[in-house]
Amino acid sequence: MALLEIRNVTRRFGALEAVKDVSLAIEAGEFFTLLGPSGCGKTTILRMIAGFDAPDEGEILLDGVSLAGVPPERRPLHTVFQSYALFPHMTVAGNIAFPLEMAKESAPAIRRRVAETLALVHLEDKAASFPHQLSGGQKQRVALARGLVNKPRLLLLDEPLGALDAKLRVEMQIELIALQREVGITFVFVTHSQQEALALSHRIAVMKDGRVEQLDEPDRLYTQPANRFVADFIGKINLLEVEVTASSKVLLGLHAPGLGEIAATDPRPIAVGERGVFALRPELIRVHGHKESADLKNRFEGRVRELLYLGDVTLYKVELANGVPVEALMPNAAPGRAKFHEVGDAVWICWRHDAGVFLRD
Amino acid sequence: MTDIRSRPAGLTKWVVTLPPGLFLVVFFLLPTLIVVLAGFRETGEFGGLAPIDGLAGLTLDAYRFLLGDVIYLEIFARSFFVAGLTTLICILLAYPLAWLIARSPKKRRDLLVLLVILPFASNFLVRIYAWIMILGPASLLYTPFAVIVGLVYTHLPFMLLPLYTNLEKHDPALLEAAQDLGAGAWTRFWRVTFPLSLPGIFSGSALVFIPVLGMFAVPELLGGTGDILIGNLIKEQFLDNRDWPLGSALSILLTACVLLLAALAAWAARRGLHGTEAVS
Repeated sequence: MALLEIRNVTRRFGALEAVKDVSLAIEAGEFFTLLGPSGCGKTTILRMIAGFDAPDEGEILLDGVSLAGVPPERRPLHTVFQSYALFPHMTVAGNIAFPLEMAKESAPAIRRRVAETLALVHLEDKAASFPHQLSGGQKQRVALARGLVNKPRLLLLDEPLGALDAKLRVEMQIELIALQREVGITFVFVTHSQQEALALSHRIAVMKDGRVEQLDEPDRLYTQPANRFVADFIGKINLLEVEVTASSKVLLGLHAPGLGEIAATDPRPIAVGERGVFALRPELIRVHGHKESADLKNRFEGRVRELLYLGDVTLYKVELANGVPVEALMPNAAPGRAKFHEVGDAVWICWRHDAGVFLRD
Repeated sequence: MTDIRSRPAGLTKWVVTLPPGLFLVVFFLLPTLIVVLAGFRETGEFGGLAPIDGLAGLTLDAYRFLLGDVIYLEIFARSFFVAGLTTLICILLAYPLAWLIARSPKKRRDLLVLLVILPFASNFLVRIYAWIMILGPASLLYTPFAVIVGLVYTHLPFMLLPLYTNLEKHDPALLEAAQDLGAGAWTRFWRVTFPLSLPGIFSGSALVFIPVLGMFAVPELLGGTGDILIGNLIKEQFLDNRDWPLGSALSILLTACVLLLAALAAWAARRGLHGTEAVS
């Protein structure tokens, strides 16, 4: 049985349906992420799990028992808020002791648990500091410590890294993964950052307009997006309008108007004549200066319109013969050579027949 | 380099601070010095102050008289008690109201605050006379109760406004966090809202306690003969008994007490309220 189960939950705010018939099952020990643009309903789901909001339809079960009517203070789960919401009038130790005091733990037990948890987040020397004396990353760790200190069944994290700068965010991501593995507590993480979701999660539910568009493991989400929205939302991708011209057991023939035939693979039964998009990741496209070296099955001629030198990689924007722009990402692995092509160069792009995915409309 | 920058800045500083500085010297510092001095002088033949005769004319008579009679000490003690009680009642009445206004929809808050300030639009004495009309028929006029009612009524907004300003700034996420971590409604109030509102309570208390200590109109109009406060005593010395040295000595003593209290409150606020600057 799943630790937390969300069953056909719908939540309306006036005329707006913020969450539409969502069902999810989150397993014990999992790092589960709700990913989506702002307004997709992910925070509403989190607030319903925490008990600050209630579903209009459906129910939420913890260990198979409905949480309906249980107030937030009686749910065995904690939230790490986006603003951290540390108590400004309490020290770091006071903040972390708070949930233990609420649980009526004995004073020695509280002291011991606070010390252990401070060590867990590497803040032993900050016990007597007040929140306003801490840096952003330290506040973040106090908020985590406070949420974890009395070992909740579930820790809900509402965009907890949003307020940190880029470099610190990556550090905190690594710490968060290590922390979750160490304490073994189930994390439900809400974010609009696909990079964060991919880096942290065991499983990700991609949401849009109150619905779950796809629920999968990070690599499957990236390589096998279920639809155009997921493909476009997760990472960079090229989307080519196509029509199916041939379909066998695994091989797929696609026709891109103005461009030509594309060979692809797909194990699903797909009928000839179906329309959709062909989704292709930029890093799977190779760019060559000569036709002969572009030796992969799908090969098209184009011209470099723009390029972005990013240090480790260079992003080429190639305009194909039919005017369709395609982005290709080339690693700058060869030493002493920053880029292979210049703006205006005639090039050949190619990709393997199993590189992209056909997505039905 | 520094000259170029600091010269105009120095000039601006003087232009900005000189007028209010002059005002304070002429209308606050000098009168205070006159009162301090008057406390050490002798009463004139027909009241007021006797003509000054060099340093030899100065005396401690007024203070000696003041401290020699227990009745003055009693009136001081009662004044502090009445001011304290008024402050306490103001806190108890203003807190829920301020909390309610701070929690109401943003659009309605300004209207509610306006309603709190509205009584100031009518004259202070007129409002006190209104209480005579209310308390008279109920046979409560000229009692300590009437004095407290009048004092609380006139000073409630001074407690309410700083409290509201404080409570309005509280981050609602803090209460959600407390609830999320297992705190019930009562605990959330005592562990989060109340400690964070202490700066508001302190400034409100100062705005109520100190004026009440020197108040004379309310006890005079609503109180009986036994209800006089320091303010009445001072007024009596200057206007009725024409004993200016005694009146001045009383004023100075009152001022000294208030300053001492203010310093004590500031010290307590600094010691006990680390971290609250984040919300206040």
